[in-house]
Amino acid sequence: MKELLSGNEAVARGAYEAGVKLAVAYPGTPSTEILETLAAQFRSIYSQWSPNEKVAYEVGIGASMGGTRALVAMKHVGLNVAADPFMTHAYTGVNGGFVIVNCDDPAMHSSQNEQDNRFYAKFAQIPLLEPSDSQEAKDMLVAAYEISEKFDTPVMLRMTTRISHSKGVVEIGEITEVAERKFVKNPSKYVMIPAHARTRHLVVAERLEKLLKFSEETEFNKIENNGSKFGIISGAVAYQYAKEVAPDFDYFKIGLSYPLPFEKIREFVSKHEQVVVIEELEPYYEDQLKVEGILVEGKKYFGNQGELSPQRIAEGLKNAGLINEVKVAEILPEANMFPRPPVLCPGCPHRGVFMALKKQGVAVTGDIGCYTLGALEPLNALDSCICMGASIGNAIGMEKVNGSEKGTVAVIGDSTFLHSGVTGLLDAVFNKSHVTVIILDNSTTAMTGGQEHPATGRTLMGEEAPKVDLIGICKAVGVKRVVEVDPYDYEKTLNVIKEEMVAEEPSVIITSRPCVLMPKRIMDEPYQVDLELCNGCSACFRISCPAISATEETNDHGRPLAKIDKTICTGCTLCAQICPTEAILLSSKFETV
Amino acid sequence: MSDKSYNILIVGVGGQGVLLASEIISEIALREGLDIKKSEVHGMSQRGGVVSSHVKLAPKVYSPTIHHGQADILISFEKAEGLRAIDWMKKDGVAIISTTSVVPAIVTSSKKFEYPDNALDIMKEKCSKVMSVEGDKIAAELGNPRLVNTILLGLLSTLLPFSDERWKEVIKSKVKERFVDINLKAFEAGKALKADNISVQ
Repeated sequence: MKELLSGNEAVARGAYEAGVKLAVAYPGTPSTEILETLAAQFRSIYSQWSPNEKVAYEVGIGASMGGTRALVAMKHVGLNVAADPFMTHAYTGVNGGFVIVNCDDPAMHSSQNEQDNRFYAKFAQIPLLEPSDSQEAKDMLVAAYEISEKFDTPVMLRMTTRISHSKGVVEIGEITEVAERKFVKNPSKYVMIPAHARTRHLVVAERLEKLLKFSEETEFNKIENNGSKFGIISGAVAYQYAKEVAPDFDYFKIGLSYPLPFEKIREFVSKHEQVVVIEELEPYYEDQLKVEGILVEGKKYFGNQGELSPQRIAEGLKNAGLINEVKVAEILPEANMFPRPPVLCPGCPHRGVFMALKKQGVAVTGDIGCYTLGALEPLNALDSCICMGASIGNAIGMEKVNGSEKGTVAVIGDSTFLHSGVTGLLDAVFNKSHVTVIILDNSTTAMTGGQEHPATGRTLMGEEAPKVDLIGICKAVGVKRVVEVDPYDYEKTLNVIKEEMVAEEPSVIITSRPCVLMPKRIMDEPYQVDLELCNGCSACFRISCPAISATEETNDHGRPLAKIDKTICTGCTLCAQICPTEAILLSSKFETV
Repeated sequence: MSDKSYNILIVGVGGQGVLLASEIISEIALREGLDIKKSEVHGMSQRGGVVSSHVKLAPKVYSPTIHHGQADILISFEKAEGLRAIDWMKKDGVAIISTTSVVPAIVTSSKKFEYPDNALDIMKEKCSKVMSVEGDKIAAELGNPRLVNTILLGLLSTLLPFSDERWKEVIKSKVKERFVDINLKAFEAGKALKADNISVQ
């Protein structure tokens, strides 16, 4: 049977077919749908969200040690968080098969950087598989468990946004019967004290020798002969782009890319006049091949930034002299088109906080989530965004050097706070910082589509769970000033922020409105603009609400009057609160007139 | 159909239904036994940003994304987004554009940018086969603003070699039961627009 599956759905299907018993992750684009699909469709697999990727990875190790096949999924930067267990896990190896599904985000569709995580597999010296479409994502995941158990190693399956989020036809397979394993005490394998780790490092080296041989033999690394004098070495989605542009060349298609099959590639290169390497992001294949003395070129034609595309590959092949012409778009785009950046939703509870912060004119350190959009025009209310949890540490450092008179504010979401903000807050207390931390508690992990976390009261599989008390956590780490505020009450929010900023001790403000989209779309009575009263001052335009736009009518200075789209206004009232002429009123007021 | 291939690019603004439309086209191709890939990017784009979905149908599809200048059909749920995507089209490609306009806050709140109210005229100058559809108006007449999606698919169906039965069967499987009848009506309304755009075909 054939189904149309995204790469992420194919991974979930593959986990089911491979007999995986436990899957664990922290949400992160583009990896989120792997666990969501498991929880929705393959309920025989126990799936859970953990508070962060490090914990998720450690839970996965535990399940593998316990004897079952385990899957851990995360986005590329998530592996930075989980790098600690990841690196040492390469030494201990596995019991039940263990696969980490890592999703990179070339072009940063929804990420803060575009690091190439293939280097992590090389760094840890564990096998790396790179699927080029949904079918391969499923097939390689199933094979990854066999490799993991055969060579006693964690295996990385490296996806990218285009693989994770593109759909393709997948042949559905059978479920593998996996022999049961039991946990057997084995301190020299699992207890990484120096004496044991030294012996395990030797095991890693021996394992790598065996994997090199395997890489030379596996069907995942294959030659496609079309009788051309030029050759292309490629893998992952870049292979598909290249095939689209140059289907008739000879290909060395890489599927298992750590360790690379150097001898097989050397032979392929020797049989061709010229060979280019086409890979997205960094010269991961290219540099290793050059170190081995294999004469290839790649990055000088294709670049190492952003996503590749059929267009970029065609241009690169032309520059390399492999093809003569590049099909170009004959219709040219319109110059100077307006941008359409993502914005906070109508009724988003973060909006009022950013309006208030903008008024303070202080440094505001930000974090990872929907609220990062507060940095964009016209709100312009955030001054930094580095990584999950960074806002609090950033604020502490900035305040230490700039003094606390003006106040320094950190803004962090509820899920991000629980991911890695709590330790930052501990630091603020311990080192007597005066920072003000605003926890934008919308009771979900919103940016990735609304996932559960320890303070939502529900688990990924839909069970009720104890709801972690955010106020209680803040007090427990030693913050004495913890205030809750309704972010839809603009004056109150403004005043609370002012008060806490001048406090000579660390303080936490927690906002109390849920995300307007999750878990249930919130739609209260919408507001409308009374054009008799609107004077075109544009104050409401500056709050950047998608429901508010300009009418064709203008005031005496030629400025447009405002209107509100009733179908998307949630009735949050913020615009009505800041309108100086009180022209924004409940819709029902208009009907009764 | 077996030897034909179609590159279809669908664009719009987050929340308009771009992804459902591409899902329906893909499912039809799957049932017709074609190879298919479709590609879109989730995440930031869902917050009122530009959404685009590449749908490729052929006996064998490699790249999940369309090459610039190689879309046979461009469908836009919003007129300015149609104009923005124009360089993805083949010179003789067909554009199906809803006259809907969604002006973003950044245009309203700053004087730096202007919204091209004449987007359709510019498109018609640049390519000969532009079908404009008063999606919002027809959807409102049918009684539900969310039907623009299916209206556009109805018109698209007149350009693709799949039977009406196949389209309707897939639409039925992809929309909630209580919305099936109204969606089938919207599909017919879209098909009927072919007569207005006969010169394009």
